[in-house]
Amino acid sequence: MKQDKAISVVLLLVALSAISGLALITVFIFKEGLPIILRVGGREFFLSSDWEPSAGHFGIFFMIVGSLAVTAGAMVIGTIFGLGVAIVLTQFCPAGLAAVLKPAIELLAGIPSVVYGFVGVVTLVPLIRTYLGGPGLSVLASSIVLGIMVLPTVTSISTDALQAVPRPYWEGSIALGATQWQTTHMVMLKAARSGIVTAAILGMGRAIGETMAVIMVAGNPRQIPHSILDPVRTLTSNIALEMAYASGDHRQALFATGVTLFVIIMLLNTVALVVSRRHAPRRGAR
Amino acid sequence: MLRSMLRSLVPGTVAAVVLLGGGCARTTEHVVNVLGSTSIQPFAEFLAEQYNKKNAGRQVEVQGGGSTAGLQAVTNGLADIGTCSRALKADEAQQFTPTLIARDGVAIVVNPANPLNGLTTEQLRGLFSGRITNWREVGGKDGPVRPITREEGSGTRESFVNLVMGKERISPGALTQESNGAVKELVRGDPAAVGYMSLGLVGKELKAVSVDGAEPTAGNVLAGTYKVARPFLFVTRGPVRPEAQAFIDFVLSPEGQKILETEGLVRAK
Repeated sequence: MKQDKAISVVLLLVALSAISGLALITVFIFKEGLPIILRVGGREFFLSSDWEPSAGHFGIFFMIVGSLAVTAGAMVIGTIFGLGVAIVLTQFCPAGLAAVLKPAIELLAGIPSVVYGFVGVVTLVPLIRTYLGGPGLSVLASSIVLGIMVLPTVTSISTDALQAVPRPYWEGSIALGATQWQTTHMVMLKAARSGIVTAAILGMGRAIGETMAVIMVAGNPRQIPHSILDPVRTLTSNIALEMAYASGDHRQALFATGVTLFVIIMLLNTVALVVSRRHAPRRGAR
Repeated sequence: MLRSMLRSLVPGTVAAVVLLGGGCARTTEHVVNVLGSTSIQPFAEFLAEQYNKKNAGRQVEVQGGGSTAGLQAVTNGLADIGTCSRALKADEAQQFTPTLIARDGVAIVVNPANPLNGLTTEQLRGLFSGRITNWREVGGKDGPVRPITREEGSGTRESFVNLVMGKERISPGALTQESNGAVKELVRGDPAAVGYMSLGLVGKELKAVSVDGAEPTAGNVLAGTYKVARPFLFVTRGPVRPEAQAFIDFVLSPEGQKILETEGLVRAK
C-alpha cells in the first residue's frame, strides 16, 4: 500500500517534470524571440523577404512560404500513398501480405532523417536535375523526401481508424449489394474520416518540423520559390543553418523564427482538434 | 523494489558526481583553452592531440563557436587562445595580439565538365551577385549559372565576401549549403554550379579555377599571388600564460607547421 503511494507520487513528479520542461521551453523561446519581433515590427518581420542579419534585415516571409509549400507537397504525397496503403492493408489485402507490409512501412519510421536526406541528395536530386531541370535541390525533392518520411505516421493512424469502424457497417453495406470498393469509399472512409484527418495533421506536424533532411535537399536560398523545381528555405532549416554562429540580434531573430514555427504548429493542432471533434458526433449518428 | 533500486543508484550517482567534480577541479589549473573558428577547429584539435601526446601532464582543449565568439572568450578570460579565420577588424586589432599560424586559400570550384579554367574577381562578383546568369557571358558554354554559397556567419563566407564581393551582396537566390562537404557534393553533380570552399578540402573531383590569372596552389597562396586567401590566427590579449605560449610555440615550430601542411593548409612563413 505504502509502496503504491510512493510509486504514484514518483510517477506524478516524472509527469510534471516533463510538462514543466515544455513550459520552460515555451517561456524561453518567447522571451528570447518576441523582443526582436516587436523591435523590427511584426509587419516587417513577417511580410518582408529580406533576410540578411549581418546587415540588420530580418524578414522571414519567404521562409514561411517555403515551410508551407514543402509541407503541402509532403501532405499530397504522404496522404495519397499513406491512405492508399492503409486502405489496401485493411480492405483488400490477404492477411499474409499485410503481416509483411505493415512492419515494412513502420520500419520507415526508424530510419534517421539524415539518411533520408543523404539518399535524397545522392539519388533524387540528380534525377530531378537531369529530367526536370533546375538545380535539383527543390520544393519537389523536399516534398518527396518528407512525403516518404510521414508515410508511417499517416499509414498507421489511418489503419487504426479504418479498423475501428464497427464490423456491422461493412457487413450492412455488402449485404445491400455494394461492391468491395463502393463499401470502402462510401462507408468505411466516411466513417473513419476524423481518424484520417488526424493522421494527416499529425503527419503535417512531422513534415513542418523536420530539419536535417530538408536542409540537405532544399537548397536553402533566401527567396520565395516560384515553381516546384525552385529551391526553398524553410523556417527549421534557417534556424539549424545559422544557429551555430549567431549572436545578438541574429540569435534573437532565430528564436523569433522558432516562435513563428511554434505558433504555426499550435494552429495546425488546434485545427486538427476542431476538425476531429466536429466530425466525431456525425460518425456516431450514422 | 523501488527502494532497492534507489539504494543501488545512489552510490553510483554520488561517485560519478565526485569523479566529475574532482576531475574539473584538478585540471583547470593547467589546461590551455583554445576556442573560436570552426574552420580552424579540426586543425587545432589535431595539433592539440599531437601536443598532448608529446607532453604528458600538459593539456590543451579545443572548442568551436566561431571566430567572433573566440575573440569574446579571450576578452572574458574564458579562453587563453582565441582562433580566428579572418583578418582582424581595425578595432579588434587594437585590443588583441594576432599570431599567424597558417594560411588557407579559398578555392573557387566548378564542375569538371565546365570548360572554364580561370575567372577574374570582377566576373566572380557578377556570378555570385546574380548579375551574370549565363556561363556564356564569362566565356563558358551556354547555360544557367547556379552560385552556391555558405550560410550567414560562416568564416569561409565572410572571407569570400571580404576578399571577392567587396560591397556587393551575394544573390538571395544562391543555394546555401552548411558545410564544405555539402558544397563539394553539389558542385560535383551539377555542371551549372560554382561555389567556394577551403582550398585544403577541394580534392580531385572538382575543378578549382584560377583567379585573376593565379592558380590556386599552396605556393601561390604563400607567395601572395593567389589573392583569395585568408589567415588562420591565434589571438591573445595582454600577457600570455607560459602554458599557452608553449602551445603557440609548438604550432609555429617546424613540426607543428609540418602537421598543418600535411593537413592541407599553407604554412605561415
